[in-house]
Amino acid sequence: MATDAPPPSKGGSQNSPETPTTEAFVEVQKGAEFGELRRSHRSFAFPLTIAFIAWYLLYVLLSNYAGGFMGTKLFGNINVALVFGLLQFVSTFVIAWLYSRHAAAKLDPKAEAIKSRMEAGA
Amino acid sequence: MSQPVFQAVQAAETTVLADSAVSEHQPLIITLFGLFVLATLGITVWAGKQTKSAADFYAGGRQFTGFQNGLAISGDYMSAASFLGIAGAIALFGYDGFLYSIGFLVAWLVALLLVAEPLRNSGRFTMGDVLAYRMRQRPVRTAAGASTIVVSIFYLLAQMAGAGVLVSLLLGITTEEGKIGVVALVGVLMIVYVTIGGMKGTTWVQMVKAVLLIGGTLLITFLILLKFNFNVSDLLGMAADNSGHGAAFLEPGLKYGATPTSKLDFLSLGIALVLGTAGLPHILIRFYTVPTAKAARKSVNWAIGIIGAFYLMTIVLGFGAAALLKPDVITASNKAGNTAAPLAALEIGGGGDSTGGAILLAVISAVAFATILAVVAGLTLASSSSFAHDIYANVIRRGEATEKEEVRAARWATVCIGIVSIALGALARDLNVAGLVALAFAVAASANLPTILYSLFWKRFTTQGALWSIYGGLGSSVLLVLFSPVVSGKPTSMFPDVDFHWFPLENPGLISIPLGFLLGWLGTVLSKEKPDIGKYAELEVRSLTGTGAH
Repeated sequence: MATDAPPPSKGGSQNSPETPTTEAFVEVQKGAEFGELRRSHRSFAFPLTIAFIAWYLLYVLLSNYAGGFMGTKLFGNINVALVFGLLQFVSTFVIAWLYSRHAAAKLDPKAEAIKSRMEAGA
Repeated sequence: MSQPVFQAVQAAETTVLADSAVSEHQPLIITLFGLFVLATLGITVWAGKQTKSAADFYAGGRQFTGFQNGLAISGDYMSAASFLGIAGAIALFGYDGFLYSIGFLVAWLVALLLVAEPLRNSGRFTMGDVLAYRMRQRPVRTAAGASTIVVSIFYLLAQMAGAGVLVSLLLGITTEEGKIGVVALVGVLMIVYVTIGGMKGTTWVQMVKAVLLIGGTLLITFLILLKFNFNVSDLLGMAADNSGHGAAFLEPGLKYGATPTSKLDFLSLGIALVLGTAGLPHILIRFYTVPTAKAARKSVNWAIGIIGAFYLMTIVLGFGAAALLKPDVITASNKAGNTAAPLAALEIGGGGDSTGGAILLAVISAVAFATILAVVAGLTLASSSSFAHDIYANVIRRGEATEKEEVRAARWATVCIGIVSIALGALARDLNVAGLVALAFAVAASANLPTILYSLFWKRFTTQGALWSIYGGLGSSVLLVLFSPVVSGKPTSMFPDVDFHWFPLENPGLISIPLGFLLGWLGTVLSKEKPDIGKYAELEVRSLTGTGAH
């Protein structure tokens, strides 16, 4: 069924000359090296995604159903709600930084190795 | 120093002030608008000369750096909705307007962690490239094209509404024909940008706009903070007093806390915002303008930094507007609050009679105008690319169209989409533009995100799952909006005089997003077809390693 038409391969001039075959992709996908790359990506990205969505939903739910708590003044006119909101900014910046560090250290080298081997046709 | 600020603002007075400022300094405003239009048209013609292949037209030749693209993403994302809509929502409803900023920002993590790099590695020009990769091409590309066009049109509607409101305020245009003329002018300019400049021209326009927007916002933020001696607590206190709501203005609940239904609406909005970004076609195609996945990651990081900083400033703009202006002044100018930011600029510059006020008003207006033009260009490009590449080239011509024919189809699609959005834009003038954009986010999160994630990460996912998810998410979200108070039944509705609403929430995300995910799963487990193992191996290895990336 899915053999209708190969996905976009028009104007193939930009494709690298050594586009690997489907068999080669299947082989690599089964290999230990790729398995490790997939695991390093998923074991980092998936739990972190669940964590930040939960953290964000906590904020939305508290805003909705815990108005008294969120309205507590901390200093001057700065209340818990404002601080909570600003913490969402902070956590976003921190998670982006953590992921980029993880990707540079753990994902990029593995991905690069597999890619160069496959494109060399090995 | 607070008293004079208070006194200066009385409803009628300021409207008059604004009018006199406009008439006296209209030449300045028109000059700034004109300069921006001339500069961007220059860029467009220059980029058009370098646009030869399909990769140039759709992806700007994939030659932009991570930083450039980060800037352009920010330009695409910080729309009139963020600038005018969020500031207006905060100015009128205080803390509840702030949720938009937070949702819009946190959403970028979904794009960063799960979508940007795999998409860059495995797709070529459109979102449909990735959605259809493992599937039967024609049905899935048709679905992807349909949902791209619907999401982009919702988003365009919001921008066009903003354009009509803003420009008519600034140029003192009061007649209905005049306002429609403004919307038409914006539409024609965006058609010119996209047909001539393609992605390369559009990307440069986004970058220029992002710099102008950040610069203008920094200036006003600085002046507002200066007025309060950089004491944010004082600023908030005055905003609370001036709003007439007291401390409640600084707490959640003013807009959404009234009833259990409105609380659910808030939750629905929150979910749509955080899950929508990574399904917005005009954002997704930006990842194709850089050479590698690493550069795509870098561009998202830059975007998170720039957009985060910008949203922090919108808090000051919004509460600043509330502190400086009486709420009825804001609503007198635009019911939904969309003109709060320019009015605050006028006020902080010294008020309507002063040259300072007029100059600031002109600068901020030009920035807002630039914002709208750049975003509509990005949206038009996304929808016409998808029409040409997914529907025309791969469905109608079954992959037999030449690059030249494909690009020609994209240019014609641009013209058609431009005309449609001009027509729709004239209808939606009095809706808060941030609310309208939130609908586009809900549709994107319901129709696109489930299929993107399943395609990339779920081995078993099938064509039937993809189709159920896209059409189910798209259909349910659009239908729920149609029968919501956004369209009919309330004074603030698009059609206030009729009432055919039965869905109580303004944002459909709470129902339609889980439904999109559920249908994707159900369609898959109920389908008889076997997933294509080989194709999934190709997609997965490509998406994580960049092997054979275009």
